[in-house]
Amino acid sequence: MSCLVIAEHDNKSIKVATLNTVAAAAKIGGEIHVLVAGSGSGAAAEAAGKIAGVTKVLHADAPHLADFLAENVAALVVGVAKNYTHILAPATSNGKNVTPRVAALLDMQQISEIVSVESPDTFVRPIYAGNALATVQSSDAIKVITVRTTGFDAVAATGGSGAVESVAAPADSGLSSFISREVSKSERPELTAAKIIVSGGRGMGSGDNFKILEPLADKLGAAMGASRAAVDAGFVPNDWQVGQTGKIVAPDLYIAIGISGAIQHLAGMKDSRVIVCVNKDEEAPIFSVADYGIVGDLFQVVPQIVEELKK
Amino acid sequence: MKVLVSVKRVVDYNVKVRVKSDGTGVETANVKMSMNPFDEISVEEAVRLREAGVATEIVVVSCGPLACQETLRTALAIGADRAILVETDVELQPLAVAKLLKAVCARESPQLVLLGKQAIDDDSNQTGQMLAALMGWPQATFASKLTIADGKAQVTREVDGGLETITVKLPTIVTSDLRLNEPRYVTLPNIMKAKKKTLENLKPDALGVDVTPRMKTVKVVEPPKRKAGIKVPDAAALVAKLRNEAKVIS
Repeated sequence: MSCLVIAEHDNKSIKVATLNTVAAAAKIGGEIHVLVAGSGSGAAAEAAGKIAGVTKVLHADAPHLADFLAENVAALVVGVAKNYTHILAPATSNGKNVTPRVAALLDMQQISEIVSVESPDTFVRPIYAGNALATVQSSDAIKVITVRTTGFDAVAATGGSGAVESVAAPADSGLSSFISREVSKSERPELTAAKIIVSGGRGMGSGDNFKILEPLADKLGAAMGASRAAVDAGFVPNDWQVGQTGKIVAPDLYIAIGISGAIQHLAGMKDSRVIVCVNKDEEAPIFSVADYGIVGDLFQVVPQIVEELKK
Repeated sequence: MKVLVSVKRVVDYNVKVRVKSDGTGVETANVKMSMNPFDEISVEEAVRLREAGVATEIVVVSCGPLACQETLRTALAIGADRAILVETDVELQPLAVAKLLKAVCARESPQLVLLGKQAIDDDSNQTGQMLAALMGWPQATFASKLTIADGKAQVTREVDGGLETITVKLPTIVTSDLRLNEPRYVTLPNIMKAKKKTLENLKPDALGVDVTPRMKTVKVVEPPKRKAGIKVPDAAALVAKLRNEAKVIS
């Protein structure tokens, strides 16, 4: 057996999602190689070689790989695929975009968002927004997999001694081109990597009112998130959304403020270690998953929590 | 420009699904079924493109059992012009659906295929990307904005950490994310009109596609239930619990 992990990186460094994916590969067994596709990505390739358990890094560097366009990256992966029994990518927006294209080009049925490895051909994955867990067995020669990062504890970023080997990038497909990216700038940790998350819902009432959550997030060093209702209402940007169709998170502490707890939201956060909620409706479904809940007006309770944290 | 839209019949998003007691799947008998919400957004987008004079014809396709006709009728009521059912009772996995859609594309030669980014039953998020691969076309997934001009589609995509804009050459695949549009309500006159529109029935064999599943479902179980916790009276009690009992903050 041999696994190829498609790295999530920013050309300079490796993202944590890659470490979770290597952890899934380690459960499968065999050698683990990491593919770094990018432009000016030498530092990321070096870092990939140091990941615990990684024995080789395939490094493809070309201007047309800079923006991870699916057509170019998939062609690259397909070119090296025959050497592997398993191809894995984190279920990030890049991974979800590129991996099915790879699978179809190889005539393999992808296995999406696995949360557990039962054996080299059998995996567990959530379906119906996490309301059921399916154990599936693949009969394909190459298992093409995306990994739900919250299902696997990250391996160490150091300790590996993978040599970096250059691979040639296929020519630019010319089918697509990158125009621009609007990245939300924030001093806070990334949602999917944060140890603590403070999330607001429809109960916040307005985008301005989200400011009341900032001192709490600051005090805890937390990332900020939101329910779909809050995003749909235009309170906060789309990429704050936690839920079935947004980000899937599993921090040590998830604080849900003014969030009722729709199934679609719970799907995105119910694997958090400790869940806290503040809601004025004591019947809200969020209380059925929260370890600690306060029934009360969030506009009074949140500042009180901040005061208590200062003590 | 001809637009093809693929729609899937799924358990309605408001239904609390139950795992069957024999562990073979989830209960779908006597459960409300609807069009996959992301596919509904795709149909709406196609209709808006026609209203804007960009699209000339909208063909909707569904692959699955005969009951998918209902889903196709809904799409026709939203405004699609005609429908194709690729009828089979075999459990279809994304690669098989992509192959069926490829065969339909070969017959219909659309310039744009719109699909939902994922179906809310199996949550696979694969079919659009796979169809693009099989056609050798570009793909623009997770779209929150779509503009067609000069033989290209400009698509704003919802990605981790923000938004990304790309252009793709036509013909292309676009998969819809939540905020591409808000689908209209279907009106009774349009439901009546939809009944008169053409609905063609095809079989996978006739399209020359092998739809045999590659992945076997060994079992389906309910996820471990979280124990409901406790209600605490105030902020002081909460912070004490987090510090001393849960030990998640210092």
